[in-house]
Amino acid sequence: MLISNIETIPGQTVVRHLGLVQGNTVRAKHLGKDILAGFKNIFGGELKAYTELLGEAREEAVERMVAHATAIGANGVINVRFSTSSVTAGAAELFAYGTAVVLAPDPIAAD
Amino acid sequence: MELLLLLVLTTLGYVFGRIAERRHFASIREREAQLMDLLIFNERTPPPGAWRSATLVGGNVVVSVDYFKRLAAGLRALFGGRLTTYESLLERGRREALLRMKAQAQAMGAPMVINVRLETASISKGEGDQIGSIEVYAYGTALCPADGAVTPATA
Repeated sequence: MLISNIETIPGQTVVRHLGLVQGNTVRAKHLGKDILAGFKNIFGGELKAYTELLGEAREEAVERMVAHATAIGANGVINVRFSTSSVTAGAAELFAYGTAVVLAPDPIAAD
Repeated sequence: MELLLLLVLTTLGYVFGRIAERRHFASIREREAQLMDLLIFNERTPPPGAWRSATLVGGNVVVSVDYFKRLAAGLRALFGGRLTTYESLLERGRREALLRMKAQAQAMGAPMVINVRLETASISKGEGDQIGSIEVYAYGTALCPADGAVTPATA
């Protein structure tokens, strides 16, 4: 599965467009981590626990998007975009979407 | 008692927040210098040349302001104008996220990242109506040149 956020993949030709695929996940913050982050809020700086949490959540959103693409027979997702929104206090939605395509290697590749 | 707590928190925030921020900026500058050769563009099309692969790379970071800065920004917001305390927060976040994205691209041996997009989200919105922490996510497509190919980045 080739994933990129540009419209084309070098060395590959888009044979078929299969439409929009998407994946999302809503994550809430862990209470223990939340308390620690509360302390961190006093001193400022990076909240590593949240960075990890959101990073993992985003990976999951991408995985779901890829699963959706695989299910409809695609072998690549192009033009991928991400979006984040806070749904309620303490929870965030991570959303990934892109265009599922069938790619074939360029016949004139490696020139 | 409450006033005392506020004073203590503000002082702690001011002292540690300042140290942490200065250290963070120093580390950002250092890593930026290290990764200077890795070029990033927000152009959508790959430059001409033979490319072996195009892979999605990204980096994220959650940063928070300290207690003092939040208080200062709250006071400043009464009069309006520039909230410099938040400006530096966002700058830290963006530069750090870009650096993490670049580090990921470097790990796969890519000389450049194209179509870079930055996304900012407020994490603590709704909690006491205060924007304390933000998440920045930077993503783009890392291009690896085909073996032996001469590209603008390797030439």
